[in-house]
Amino acid sequence: MTTTPERTATDLVTVTIDGVSVDVPKDTLVIRAAEQVGVQIPRFCDHPLLAPVGACRQCLVDVPDAGNGRALPKPQASCTLPVADGMVVNTQLTSGVADKAQQGVMELLLINHPLDCPVCDKGGECPLQNQAMSNGRGDSRFEGVKRTFPKPIHLSPQVLLDRERCIVCQRCTRFAEEVAGDPFISLVERGARQQIGIAEDAPFLSYFAGNTIQICPVGALTSEAYRFRSRPFDLVSSPGVAEHDACGAAIRVDHRRGKVMRRLSGDDPEVNEEWISDKDRFAFRYLTATDRLPYPQVRGDDGVLHPASWPEAFAVAARGLATARAAGGVGVLTGGRLTFEDAYAYSVFARVALGTNDVDFRARPHSDEETGFLGAHVAASGPVAGRRGVTYGDLEGARTVVLVGLEPEDEAGTIFLRLRKASRKGTTVLSVAPYLTRGADKVRALLVPTAPGEEGAVLRGLADRAEELAGSALGDQDVVLVGERLATSPGALTAAAELAAATGARLAWVPRRAGDRGAVEAGCLPTLLPGGRPVADASARVDAAAAWGVGSLPETPGRDAAAIAAAAAAGELAGLVVGGVDPDDTTDPATTRAALAAASFVVSLELRASEVTEHADVVLPIAPVTDKAGSFVTWEGRVRPFDAVFTVPGSLPDLRVLAGIAEELGTPLGFRTVDEARDQIEALGTWDGERPAAPVPAPAAPPAAHPASGGVVLALSTWRQLLDGGSLQDGDDALTQTRRPAVARLGQTAYDALGAPAEVTLHGDRGTLTLPVEVVRTMVDGVVWVPARSVGRGLLADLAGPGARLRVTAGGAL
Amino acid sequence: MTIPPLTPVLTDNWDAERSWTLASYEERGGYDALDTAFAMTPDEVIAAVKDSGLRGRGGAGFPTGMKWGFIPQDNPNPKYLVVNADESEPGTCKDIPLMMASPHTLVEGVILAAYAIRANHAFIYVRGEVLHVVRRLQRAVQEAYLAGHLGANIHGSGYQLDLVVHAGAGAYICGEETALLDSLEGRRGQPRLRPPFPAVAGLYASPTVINNVESIASVPAIIRNGADWFSSLGTEKSKGFVIYSLSGHVTRPGQYEAPLGITLRELIDLAGGVREGHRLKFWTPGGSSTPLLTDEHLDMPLDYEAVGAAGSMLGTRALQIFDETVSVVRCVLRWTEFYKHESCGKCTPCREGTWWLVQTLTRIDEGKGEPGDIEKLLDLCDNILGRSFCALGDGATSPITSAIKYFRSEFEDGMTTPSRELFPHERSTAYAGQLAGKGVGA
Repeated sequence: MTTTPERTATDLVTVTIDGVSVDVPKDTLVIRAAEQVGVQIPRFCDHPLLAPVGACRQCLVDVPDAGNGRALPKPQASCTLPVADGMVVNTQLTSGVADKAQQGVMELLLINHPLDCPVCDKGGECPLQNQAMSNGRGDSRFEGVKRTFPKPIHLSPQVLLDRERCIVCQRCTRFAEEVAGDPFISLVERGARQQIGIAEDAPFLSYFAGNTIQICPVGALTSEAYRFRSRPFDLVSSPGVAEHDACGAAIRVDHRRGKVMRRLSGDDPEVNEEWISDKDRFAFRYLTATDRLPYPQVRGDDGVLHPASWPEAFAVAARGLATARAAGGVGVLTGGRLTFEDAYAYSVFARVALGTNDVDFRARPHSDEETGFLGAHVAASGPVAGRRGVTYGDLEGARTVVLVGLEPEDEAGTIFLRLRKASRKGTTVLSVAPYLTRGADKVRALLVPTAPGEEGAVLRGLADRAEELAGSALGDQDVVLVGERLATSPGALTAAAELAAATGARLAWVPRRAGDRGAVEAGCLPTLLPGGRPVADASARVDAAAAWGVGSLPETPGRDAAAIAAAAAAGELAGLVVGGVDPDDTTDPATTRAALAAASFVVSLELRASEVTEHADVVLPIAPVTDKAGSFVTWEGRVRPFDAVFTVPGSLPDLRVLAGIAEELGTPLGFRTVDEARDQIEALGTWDGERPAAPVPAPAAPPAAHPASGGVVLALSTWRQLLDGGSLQDGDDALTQTRRPAVARLGQTAYDALGAPAEVTLHGDRGTLTLPVEVVRTMVDGVVWVPARSVGRGLLADLAGPGARLRVTAGGAL
Repeated sequence: MTIPPLTPVLTDNWDAERSWTLASYEERGGYDALDTAFAMTPDEVIAAVKDSGLRGRGGAGFPTGMKWGFIPQDNPNPKYLVVNADESEPGTCKDIPLMMASPHTLVEGVILAAYAIRANHAFIYVRGEVLHVVRRLQRAVQEAYLAGHLGANIHGSGYQLDLVVHAGAGAYICGEETALLDSLEGRRGQPRLRPPFPAVAGLYASPTVINNVESIASVPAIIRNGADWFSSLGTEKSKGFVIYSLSGHVTRPGQYEAPLGITLRELIDLAGGVREGHRLKFWTPGGSSTPLLTDEHLDMPLDYEAVGAAGSMLGTRALQIFDETVSVVRCVLRWTEFYKHESCGKCTPCREGTWWLVQTLTRIDEGKGEPGDIEKLLDLCDNILGRSFCALGDGATSPITSAIKYFRSEFEDGMTTPSRELFPHERSTAYAGQLAGKGVGA
């Protein structure tokens, strides 16, 4: 449907470059056509993903025939010149004029350049350095005085600019304006003093600022994180997949002597093109945090954790779990950051070793409706199940994209950039949200004003309103993207599925964490076995039991994460296996804490010391993403495998740890390595039987307002900002400083009703919070927005549960 | 030598009492051409300007009627007329005197041109430094509105035009038409990539005609007197009359209006000759960015073709006259400093090249030139000319290469002797004669 139609002959034109004839699509730029015949024309300002500008003049070529039999009178910039049929182009390889023009420009570029390559971070991987060697003179004839600037200036807390190195090619400013939509950097001054600058009160605070450093063709832009840390020729580069969201962005991990020095964007046209968010780029210091767990630990009779060997830890864990299994059962909470293979191991471990379906990856608010939705509409869809899913390319080709409960700039940066690209080409974005965010505005979204909790009702009416709103009725070219927080809006996921079914629009669920989609496929849900097999379906259970070499599997659907925590807190569950869950992320942090305290036996698989390890009886350190192979499954259902960056023998992936415990329990999982797990996953395959129907949710009672008096009662809208208090962002102070400040966003009505306060206090059922106020013109009446995890322990722990109504008063807390 | 008759058309009313007022302009038949034009269709107006052979007076000499004809009338966007009044070229001083002396000539031309291209909005982009001109234009536009020459239903024709006078912020580059458009839109003034050309996507991405002040000011006379009258003036390919601005070492510097094709010798005679006791050394035909010429070109007709054949350009007909007291090295250095100061910075050759040229020329000016500097200058100019994004870089090289062509020995002298010793500054000044009596200079 969206495949490229076969090119007809009329789409192609024939050009001759350096005597080689080549057919290229019409409107191809000469510089790209030359690449087709293997001719690299030197360039700086040119970038295939940015609009042509023709500023640096490095790519000059000679055009003896413009296709009309006439020569162009002077050398032409090949980055701005489209091909014409019959055009003849001579590059530096065959034309003395072009070669001299290029050498002349190169010499000019270098007269004001400091030539400080020996101390420059870019030295060794610098397009200016490389092309000065390949297309420049051996020596400069310039004997004058170079232009200098004070070194360096901060464009943002993270990005620094050494102006004297800059060749003002405008790649960074064009990226900021065209791709990210954050034009906070611009050319200022003129002539040789022209430079990149920011407004006095507006630093370059873009979530994507780091990309400018990567595309800078000189060493002008550097990061606080990497500046002066290493030389490119000392680094080893390994491909990787970003672990911070469900987008699966390709990254390049540059490391030296077992330590990650920096991360760059990979180049994957189907996924993230050449861009990643600053979180993907800079948030890797958690890997070397001082609180990384160095070895297994076992709690002694003295109540203190003692170092243990792996065999000892496996044995103690197995013993404790066996006891707990017999004493009421064990629940498994896996969090959302696992690789597909590790999630699979938890899924098998729960069923085979613990004999339970009490397993859930959702370390966040969730609902029964969502559980049903995942089984009916998400699991076993997309490429991971050998089926066609919604892709980034589909977003770009869509007429209309509907966003519900999803703020792509904060929650899925790669989707945001692709939507921005799409919107610039004509895609209409509808944002079903309480207000038009800056991120939504950057994708030119039209707001469908919706208070939190009303999403279901709005979606039910959207099929009829789409034509009026977006200019065309929804159809199979269109996409509906639903975010994970829709789980907290009763009826919304069901309505989204109905909307897709009714209009033919394609539906995709966009979770926030890298491991979420893989966990669905792996069966880390109380109602699903791997491959989308319903627990309730006997033949599905037979499938899995046969693959795992066991006689039978538990038949009854298990508890979800909230129920597991509640059961453990109430003493109904005796044991917990917890893989990377922060209690403050969960639906009810207090209950989760109580569960950890109440459970008689807790096994914690963790990277760093945490609140869970404090309660754990056995603490098993697991390998971070750099130490293991694995796969993340993107929101599209695309499997993104990666290899280990480092070989660290003592650093075991979760699946190896679980396999060790399972063997001690006498119920081996049938795999010990990632490859063996992959083989088993493949052998098991996906479910091709009947999909479970999603249960129809019961209508929910509107939540009660907080009983405090005074002020106004507002519904809480919230999500996590890209950069917030998340523990994977620990360790990079510069990155922390680029966070957006935490504010409470109010509509004009509520703001006026409160007497135009500078700050407000929010009263919820779990606490109060005081924040500065920002008035948002588009905010739906009766709603206040607060970032979910930007202050303190986050809203769930400190303010209110999901779907809450808050009492909001002016001024600070008394 | 007979002095040819001057043909005052644009300058005809400059000597009138308060010539810049509407009353004075209307007394001489001002704004009558509107009724003539409104009786024609817009296409007939374009045809008349085409037939007249009027070529752009801003320097490039592109046929004005043809430019108007490029406007795609089937484009649904509004059409715009923009008058380039950002006169900033060293030596060029024709538009500013014209707008000072007779702003209504320009306003009338704007109405005619806008009517022809079917624009309802027109802009005059005036160089920001000339505040007195901005004020005079603003007053003239106000008068025209009050008199019903601008606004809705002009002269009862049903045609509507709004005219905005916009002051630039002092950048030479904004005289480049696409940089002007960016500046007018409120952006940083830097030349745009072409295509798309302004005729297709200019101001606010809509079809736009950009014309020089003098081109537009010539239109009322064409409509009033007919295309034949206009094309009977001038030479075969360079029709009509233009303002020649003489400055420098002539007895009576100023604006001289004459048909295209007049010679410099005739113009200097009109201006009372080269400064008393001195002789012509070199001159520019069209401002500092046109290659300079010498006394061997005195009898060359000053039209687009002949000046082009002599290796230069007619440009803006800014005739800067330098006598033998002037150091060509110093003069070229000053011009190059101007281009360095005004380079917008967008492209490498112009931004970096002017920076370098100034340093090398300064060395030669100070007598500290080194062997090879002249060849280096020529090679540098070759690396800038035709390599830069717009014509600013090209213009920066013209004075240097032409000066070396005609006066290479002066550059060679710069290897050993400062120009101030060979050509004392004082001798070039207007008060040189008084100084001579006191034994200074000579």
